[in-house]
Amino acid sequence: MSIFIDPASLDRPNSYIGKSVARPNLPKLVEGRGQYVDDHVLPRMVHVAFVRSPHAHAAIKSIDATEAIKIPGVLRVFTGQDLAAICDPWVAVLVHLKGMKSAPQYPLPLTHATWHGEAVAAVIAETRALAEDGAAKVLVDYEPLPAATDMETALASATPVIHASLGDNLCFQRVNESGDVAAAFKAAHKVVEATFHTARHTGVTLEPRSILADYNKASKKLVVHHSTQAPHMMQSVFATQLRMPEGDVRVICGDVGGSYGIKVHVYPDEVATVAIAKLMGRPVKFIADRLESFGSDIHARDHRIHGKMAVDADGKITAIEIDDLTGIGPYSVYPRTSAVEVNQVVNLVGGPYDFPNYRAKTTVVFQNKTPTCQYRAVGHPIATTVTEGLVDLAAEALGMDPIAFRLKNLMRDNSYPRTSPAGMKFEGLSHVKSLGRLMEMIDYPKLRAEQEQMRLRGIYRGIGFASFIELTNPSPFMYGIGGARISAQDGCTVRIDPDGSVVAATGVTEQGQGTEGIIRQIVAEAVGVPLHAVRVVTGDTETTPYGGGTWACRGAGIGGEAALQAGRATRDAALKVASAMLQADAQSLDIIDGQIVDKSTRAVRMPLAELTRIVYYRGDTLPPDLPRELMQTRHFITKQYPFAFTNGIQASWLEVDTDTGLIKLLKHWVVEDCGRIINPLLVDEQVRGGVVQGIGGALYEHCAYSPEGQLLVGSMADYLVPMAAEMPDIDVGHVETPTREGDLGAKGAGEAGTAGAPAAIMNAINDALRPLKARVLAQPFTPERVLQALGKVPQSG
Amino acid sequence: MTTNTISLSVNGERVTRTVPGRQHLIDFLRLDLGLMGSHAGCEHGVCGACTVRVDGQIVRGCLVLAASLDGRTVETIEGISDTGEIRDLQDAFIARNAAQCGYCTPGMLMTAAALLQSNPVATRTEIREHISGNYCRCTGYQAIVDAIETTAKARAAKSST
Repeated sequence: MSIFIDPASLDRPNSYIGKSVARPNLPKLVEGRGQYVDDHVLPRMVHVAFVRSPHAHAAIKSIDATEAIKIPGVLRVFTGQDLAAICDPWVAVLVHLKGMKSAPQYPLPLTHATWHGEAVAAVIAETRALAEDGAAKVLVDYEPLPAATDMETALASATPVIHASLGDNLCFQRVNESGDVAAAFKAAHKVVEATFHTARHTGVTLEPRSILADYNKASKKLVVHHSTQAPHMMQSVFATQLRMPEGDVRVICGDVGGSYGIKVHVYPDEVATVAIAKLMGRPVKFIADRLESFGSDIHARDHRIHGKMAVDADGKITAIEIDDLTGIGPYSVYPRTSAVEVNQVVNLVGGPYDFPNYRAKTTVVFQNKTPTCQYRAVGHPIATTVTEGLVDLAAEALGMDPIAFRLKNLMRDNSYPRTSPAGMKFEGLSHVKSLGRLMEMIDYPKLRAEQEQMRLRGIYRGIGFASFIELTNPSPFMYGIGGARISAQDGCTVRIDPDGSVVAATGVTEQGQGTEGIIRQIVAEAVGVPLHAVRVVTGDTETTPYGGGTWACRGAGIGGEAALQAGRATRDAALKVASAMLQADAQSLDIIDGQIVDKSTRAVRMPLAELTRIVYYRGDTLPPDLPRELMQTRHFITKQYPFAFTNGIQASWLEVDTDTGLIKLLKHWVVEDCGRIINPLLVDEQVRGGVVQGIGGALYEHCAYSPEGQLLVGSMADYLVPMAAEMPDIDVGHVETPTREGDLGAKGAGEAGTAGAPAAIMNAINDALRPLKARVLAQPFTPERVLQALGKVPQSG
Repeated sequence: MTTNTISLSVNGERVTRTVPGRQHLIDFLRLDLGLMGSHAGCEHGVCGACTVRVDGQIVRGCLVLAASLDGRTVETIEGISDTGEIRDLQDAFIARNAAQCGYCTPGMLMTAAALLQSNPVATRTEIREHISGNYCRCTGYQAIVDAIETTAKARAAKSST
């Protein structure tokens, strides 16, 4: 029976869905009692440090470990050939991305180093410090080769081809087209166009990538403690690459110190660590240091996009055309591939708007830089930057206010279900209502008046907007359809124990976003017990239902729905026993606050703990044929829509110092519609954290390279991340349009902030600079670039 | 490799160890004493995840050599949790969801506790400046600022009654 959650009914005890309650894992974290991978110490554990390529592109002529192995405490040195003997390479392509190609990637390369920072040899020692001593003594004879570093010339004949077997440096191309774009541009009242750049940046998880692999040669079992978002996927990967039965591999994921998409990929150094554990038959730990994180964590968002928009005399958008180019490093990253980011870009551009003609072309090329892949809000910040940048340019060309232009062009709230020109199916969105909510929050006329007054004093403030859509609750259409062993389904097992407490084991994982908190709320409500009576188990392939883990904002929508259904099934199972014990119709009973009650009067009939005592210890007193299945599992997968889209709008209010180019963020607002909100406190903090991550990409973060392919980022003093003093307060408002795919109605909320913030910042800067006829379109919007736009310092290369 | 024998107080307990000359305080705490609450985030003094107290002052555990700590007093998140010194601040962090992944949290609490001592009536701007040596990728900082501000106000109200 489907019972859609009705907020009006949420007024009884144990009604936790929609409430701001604290997360169960915080007490341990605030006392430093979490357990991250590096906190695990196992008997006979050894440590690995990697020798990493100082060249962007080089042939590996030989590796001499003689001096390294002489250091007391250094145990072994492994090369690519050593590990290839027991570990197969992988090729990261998806069949639904037609024509995509990539080269086989080994845990350590066999013949060539293809980016600055690539691991080429592994040194094993009793401590990490000794392993690093050993790594410094390994002599690698490199023959440096010309590098392909500029994505604009990656396909030029003079550019070296990185993988000879592929023939060229082209990874993937796609054109997404609908309507008659050429005719629309021909007939346009106005056409605006611009070239946007989003900078190559990275996640900088405060806990670096961490893995501790333990292979037991006697039992032939591999246990991997891994800081990951997707334990079941990694179980499959480790088993496949190491030629082991999947059932012999267990992946355990305890506390994770931040992930944001960085920890959902297969990293060669991590697979190498696991392979070494198998070869040595003892636990091997790898904890990346910050320098090697910058060079080996995936990068993202290195895009150049030409964008064009046509509008008619009424101010309606008639066509959008983009040409997108990205450089992804020398390999597509396994198993999600490095072409999904561009796929999202061409699927999401123009997303909030009602317009008929669309053409998007994207080109993905290989280059000798750190591989790029999916990072929080995959493709969204790029698509939103282009779309909202063009929207503001068009409004300006028409002499329209940016809000009036958006109101004219946003999809109407009553126009769903519908399909966008890019082919995305929308179940139900609320762009117009969200914009209205934002207007209530910001006092737009007052900000404009303030802006005018300030300009008279030579102070340049700007307000920028960004409407956006976010793809959440993915179906197999994202990866499974392309052949990847990535589960879009997830499951939850709910069990009532003899003391009446409840255990919920879920396949979705916790990285700090609050998965365990919301699963606890949902299960407590569904079963009918107090919050504290529920404990949640995540992150262990041996003990949780098979599932995809955390990606594409699926934890609440997919994992939450499975938990709701499993909790309800477990309550129903308990009520079946209660009806026999109480000689009452099961339909007339309910469980509230851990008590079996009469549903209509709420009179207590029996404690749940009394029912469980009888079931577990005095089952002989129950009717022999009575089912007493107090543990139920349910799975959920979306079926009607490939994705549950969310939407929202952001606004940024900032001040540009036209003498220094520095940008001061004064205030930021977000209105977000993520469907049913399970915990408003957690949703707001997801949004705020996401916004700040987006601001980082917009203003500070850049994995800068020299023309030769040397990564110029060596520390967090080179690679700037947002710190508290520069960040504004962020107001968050909500509209709730639940999905009807399940009873819970929840969609994802984790990436909305990052999706929209860079575009809002860009539009605010350009709004501030408009009277000065200056404009910035290349992220990060550094003081230097602002001053260049103002003509105050010369353009650099 | 040179080693030094040091004798110091860690969270109120007397500790004597022989440490390599190159070992940093954060590694000494984690590897030699098993105090895993302090975290290594950048190992070059920028991120603040390893913030602990030496003789009452907050320091970066990755920039202090263990060998320099003979006769000193070290306090970590485990110690100041056990004494209850920052219970109110920790409760405010929980209530406000001012920690997500929790990796920066022990260092952030150490830094916040120092501010609450040195400037009990800090403004939001002062709070933001003071914690700007502690990197948090999850929260966007606002919840942390709120939790520190709430604690400061509650302490001020308590001391004025």
